[in-house]
Amino acid sequence: MTQLILFNVMNGLIIGAFYALMAIGLSLIMSLSDVINFAHGGFLAVGAYLAYTMTPYIGFWGGLIVAPLLTAVLGLIVEKFLISRVYGRDPLYSLLLTFGLAFIFEDGTRYIWGAQSLPYQVPGWLMSPLSSSLFFLTGYRVFMIFLIVVVVGGLFFIMTRTRLGLRIRAGTLDLETVSVLGVNVRVLRNLNFGIGIYLAGLAGVLAAGQLGLQPTIGASLIMPSFVAIIIGGLGSLTGTLLGGLLIGVASGVTAVFLPSATEAVMYVMMAAVLLIRPQGLLGEEGRF
Amino acid sequence: MGNLDLRKQSTNLIVCALLLTLPFWIDHVGSYIQLGTQIVVMALAAMALNFLLGYTGVLSFGHAAYFGLGAYGTGMTIRYLLPSTGVGILVGTLVGALAAAVIGPMIVRLRGVYFAMVTIAFGQVFYFIAFRWNDVTGGDDGLTNWKRMPIDLGFTTVDIQHNATAFYYFVLVIFAVAVALMAFLLRSPFGRTLIAIRENERRARFMGVNVNFHIWMSWVISCTFMALAGSLSSLLNNFVDPRSLFWTQSGTFVIMCVMGGMRSFWGPLVGAAIFVALQDYLSSATPNWQSFVGLVFVIVVLFFPRGVMGIFRRKATE
Repeated sequence: MTQLILFNVMNGLIIGAFYALMAIGLSLIMSLSDVINFAHGGFLAVGAYLAYTMTPYIGFWGGLIVAPLLTAVLGLIVEKFLISRVYGRDPLYSLLLTFGLAFIFEDGTRYIWGAQSLPYQVPGWLMSPLSSSLFFLTGYRVFMIFLIVVVVGGLFFIMTRTRLGLRIRAGTLDLETVSVLGVNVRVLRNLNFGIGIYLAGLAGVLAAGQLGLQPTIGASLIMPSFVAIIIGGLGSLTGTLLGGLLIGVASGVTAVFLPSATEAVMYVMMAAVLLIRPQGLLGEEGRF
Repeated sequence: MGNLDLRKQSTNLIVCALLLTLPFWIDHVGSYIQLGTQIVVMALAAMALNFLLGYTGVLSFGHAAYFGLGAYGTGMTIRYLLPSTGVGILVGTLVGALAAAVIGPMIVRLRGVYFAMVTIAFGQVFYFIAFRWNDVTGGDDGLTNWKRMPIDLGFTTVDIQHNATAFYYFVLVIFAVAVALMAFLLRSPFGRTLIAIRENERRARFMGVNVNFHIWMSWVISCTFMALAGSLSSLLNNFVDPRSLFWTQSGTFVIMCVMGGMRSFWGPLVGAAIFVALQDYLSSATPNWQSFVGLVFVIVVLFFPRGVMGIFRRKATE
């Protein structure tokens, strides 16, 4: 029993880390540009499939490095030519635009790579369990957690210690003033979008190894990411990270005791947070 | 002013005439009566959403959930409780209204994109309930093994079960009553207050309007009519698909409003007609119809943000 719970907590932690990676990117874009990127899941799927296609040529490690970067480039292009055109208009239009893109991305990946599930090869030595009693603790899982910690740590470093991060954080508070002070806001939003999409692409590659590849992989991960943002508090990256891990573990534990409520539990948590602390666990009051 | 009134009256007349005569001409334009019924049902859904989106200015992206609740409420009532179409519609609509009333207080404080995100996330709860509760809802396969029942009026029976044209008029009558109710509400002081909130929330608040309560009311009314539309949709198909509650469905309701024109009373109807006809055509013409639907979203946002009725109106005022 303990082992079963441990197994599910571990699973939940990993799924939660995917949620968190996605949610942090979504949250970055939402805070700076007031855009809910419904196509985020689509970008995640593109990252995963790109890695799948490139693996035979450049190997698993090459795919892990190159695929998220290519996805980010795609993100920069989409932001530059489509999404930036609706900034300053009623937020409704940006939502509909990314909604349409989400449809196109999902159908596009299905058209190019097929609707059936594809196997994504992770190096064999990473897949073997590290210990015989904790059979679920494969090297790949440990590696994923390690990598996510490094990447999120890197992001926090960028956000707190570099000029770019400083400008992004200032922009989320008052974009107009930042613009008046001589920062090119268009470029800032573009780069910020790219960072968010990079995280989605990375989550895609990692998720492909863990969950398998299918066109709906992104659509199934995006709603929990919203829940993670709401629970953690919009505008707080630490909160979003915490929210993602929290709902992942909660779903994992629920899967042991009440499998049919695996997904419902996170929405119950969201309702509780909205009732007790509407701004989210670590969110600032009065922003929304 | 008189000119504008005349224009409004003639639009109303044209819409009424087209809907009333639809069964007589729809075959001649290469379509079929069920598609006409589908358009009326979706138009009711889009107009219900527009009550909140267009007239109160609140960005809801989770309306598919209430559409689906109405559908499941109706289907499950007819299948498990009582084989009566009337009772089914009533239960379905009430279930949707009740769910909206309970969720409302948790979201009315939120605004803008945050409201959109919370509503769409909440909608997913109902999708997962429908998807997971296999024994009762049929899970992934949907709710089957039930049929809409003929309407017994006492002196005569209307066979909406086999006669598609009779069912069309049955739906149209409900549509007319619902739309008249919405129009009445929007013309009342309550409706004017909603428009005031849309135009300037802060000013409305300073004038003593209880903004959150009004938004809650508007949300519940909108979701109730949405559930009614869902109920009719389940009767049309004799089937409920869990995917009708999925979050992607919510976006299609919003695009119907925008495509037709959110600032116009009949706009969502026009949008629904175009969208349903287009989807029907695309899904038979290409397996990649989803991409084209996505493309429609992008094109509408970039080039026709005011929708069809918006274009007409601009021409008329010029």
